[in-house]
Amino acid sequence: MSDLLTPREIGEDRVRVDAAAKVRGAATYAFEQPVDDPAYLYPVRATVARGRVTGFDTAAAEALDGVLLVLTHLNAPRLASTDDGELTILQSNGVAFRGQLIGGVVAETSEIARHAAELVRVEYDEHEHDTELRADRDDLYQPGTVNPDQDTTTDDGGVDRALATAAVTVDHTYSTPMEHNNPMEPHACVAIWEDGPRLTLYDSTQGAHGVRTTLAPILGLDPEHVRVISPYVGGGFGSKGMPHAHNVLAVLAAQLVPGRPVKMALTRQQMFELAGYRTPTIQRVRLGADRDGRLLALSHEAAEQTARVKEFAEQTTVVSRVMYAAEHRRTTHRLAALDVPVPSWMRAPGEAPGMYGLESAMDELADACGIDPVELRVRNEPEKDPETGRPWSSRRLVECLRRGAERFGWDDRRPPGSRREGDWLVGMGVASATYPGFTMPGSVASVTYRGEGRYDVRIGAADIGTGTWTTLAQIAADALGCPFECVHLEIGDTALPMATVEGGSSGMSSWGSTVVAAARTFRDKFGEDPGVGDSVSDSAPQKLPDAKKLAVHSFGAHFVEARVNVDTGEVRVPRMLGVFSCGRIVNPRTARSQFIGGMTFGISMALHEASVMDHRLGHIATRDLVDYHVPVNADVGDLEVLWLDEPDEHANPMGTKGIGEIGIVGSAAAVANAVHNATGIRVRDLPITPDKLVH
Amino acid sequence: MDALITLQVDGRERTVTVDTRTSLLDALRERLEVTSPKKGCDHGQCGACTVLLDGRRTLSCLSLAVAQDGSEVVTAAGLADGDALHPVQQSFVDHDGLQCGYCTPGQVCSAVGMLQEAADGYPSHVTEDLNAEVVLTDDEIRERMSGNLCRCAAYPNILAAIREVAGR
Repeated sequence: MSDLLTPREIGEDRVRVDAAAKVRGAATYAFEQPVDDPAYLYPVRATVARGRVTGFDTAAAEALDGVLLVLTHLNAPRLASTDDGELTILQSNGVAFRGQLIGGVVAETSEIARHAAELVRVEYDEHEHDTELRADRDDLYQPGTVNPDQDTTTDDGGVDRALATAAVTVDHTYSTPMEHNNPMEPHACVAIWEDGPRLTLYDSTQGAHGVRTTLAPILGLDPEHVRVISPYVGGGFGSKGMPHAHNVLAVLAAQLVPGRPVKMALTRQQMFELAGYRTPTIQRVRLGADRDGRLLALSHEAAEQTARVKEFAEQTTVVSRVMYAAEHRRTTHRLAALDVPVPSWMRAPGEAPGMYGLESAMDELADACGIDPVELRVRNEPEKDPETGRPWSSRRLVECLRRGAERFGWDDRRPPGSRREGDWLVGMGVASATYPGFTMPGSVASVTYRGEGRYDVRIGAADIGTGTWTTLAQIAADALGCPFECVHLEIGDTALPMATVEGGSSGMSSWGSTVVAAARTFRDKFGEDPGVGDSVSDSAPQKLPDAKKLAVHSFGAHFVEARVNVDTGEVRVPRMLGVFSCGRIVNPRTARSQFIGGMTFGISMALHEASVMDHRLGHIATRDLVDYHVPVNADVGDLEVLWLDEPDEHANPMGTKGIGEIGIVGSAAAVANAVHNATGIRVRDLPITPDKLVH
Repeated sequence: MDALITLQVDGRERTVTVDTRTSLLDALRERLEVTSPKKGCDHGQCGACTVLLDGRRTLSCLSLAVAQDGSEVVTAAGLADGDALHPVQQSFVDHDGLQCGYCTPGQVCSAVGMLQEAADGYPSHVTEDLNAEVVLTDDEIRERMSGNLCRCAAYPNILAAIREVAGR
């Protein structure tokens, strides 16, 4: 058990401290950072999916007034490390996927740079490419681990036998498509290379320190000579969790115009190849149960893709390791390495697509057993973590389900296809949610007394819309025992102490633990009456003593009402409820916004989002915000969020477990289950577009 | 080709040389350092670049700057009166109608323009009676604000913010 903070500021309904700046547009994002005399960089990209560049004709581009530089692999500075296949660009003439960066133009204006880039002629020796994920491929392989560092396979060896003898079985394959994060702010940076050499990079990132740690060795720079600045970030959802190749291109260009700031923003279309995406998944879920719905066997096997140029192994089936009790269990992951852009993190990688598969299958099992879907889940509640046997730090899934069912009016749910109102079929669906409670070690915070009761708290953390500017200051206030207004928080800069990435819903837990540790050290050293300038830096303990003994996870339940038009197959979600148990909530206002944001991602995953690959060309055909539909205001109905606000005393000193991702986990399944309840049609391939409902 | 144009931007007269290919959005962001309007797609699909152009909400990425010589542009930065936020801005703050904030200046300008459109009697796709006075129901607000994407999905809070300003 950790030494829990007494909440005073924590739990307060505070308005975001950056809200006033943001409603004016006065918060400065990466591309907007004021720099003197910037030049503009526009990329040249591969137009074949695999092959070699055999010739560049840059004469027309170079002849254009205002062009400063045409960059190709022939004149690009050499990278010190080429270990990262995504970030290694312009070091050879190879092309690993369509849209890969193969050059760039730096010019006095963005218009000239773009025009010149289009004038660059490229000749290729085009090779055969292969971009199609299928579960029956004979070259699927087992990755060493799955993201971030989890076992690829768990198998007790008894699943097949148990399935063969189970009274009730479900055996279906579910698929999710390639999906793109699409934060509203396109990935952008400003790179300034100066003698020394030194690099300043204004970047749009979920972790300034991670960008520095990754890029410095690739560039052959001392990390101390790299500064990354990122005070405001226009969303990321995982896609800004690590640097991408455009950062490298900007730095390569900046090296050739030293002293001159080089600005680069990906276009929306370019983001579809260069900013990561969620791999498509093909999931076979097999459940074996007795007639009362008690699981005897649970098998969850995923096929997914990765890029030949760099492996990313999404942890699609790990949810099936924690959700339900079953004596016999198997989870596997197999990858196809393809000539595709590099997949990466997208909000709840693994958990989000995996829970669609598992929770759809659980709904099918409820049908097969004739048991209410809420009751089925309650019956399969495990006393301990089913895989590891560890006790839960806390697990209140049943309470989330029960409370949600009551609040939502679950009792009004009728058999599939039996409720019609005018032209609309109406149904209700439920699904569980879960997410691991990560607290990452390695961050450092400093606390400095400024006099008159005021403290500077400095840590290179990130606010990607999550509310860090506000919520981390709330934690600092409680850790220091001072009013909120007396905390001056600084984040978003590698000039500040090291902070781990805003990822895995771990930001507030990790940075908060660190700030608490620094504040406690400060008080131990200087007491309650410090002198002006008194200062300490400290980091949180590497791991809480409980972390190895307990399973720390958040849980939740989604309830969805779906309406399906009988003529057009249009699906509407007029209302949705999420009930979550995520430890202590630091700020109910920003927390609610994160939950509804995640739930909306889930509605969208269920109904809208799919990136379509044209395999003939290896080309992502849906490459803007019209062809790739993200939800608009009219797509979103009444969303309600409840939480069981109780600190998880085993998680960290705040008792928090992270809330950024659990909202999307299970929500797509809840929509799909509601659509089934409305129509009697089970859609096992997302998204649920009208063509799948109208026959 | 370059052109010299004059714009009224947030109450200030600004004279600037633009490439004739320069969008109004890029003229503001890259030539005048007016970065309140945001670039989210550059194709008129996301609404982040929305400004009030001669009083009407406009996607500044879809307009060439040279075509707007002499126009009045109001961005979200120009809606506030010094330290006092515009009522729509204050309502967005109060209702947490934002997370990352990138779409927010466009949402705010769009809401201000939309409220005026409704007051002027403009119907929307969901307006039942084209001859009646527009009542800004939740469905009307959602529909009229659906040109402004918010990937953080602050939509219910944006709805609440506008509902309050609309006096409902």
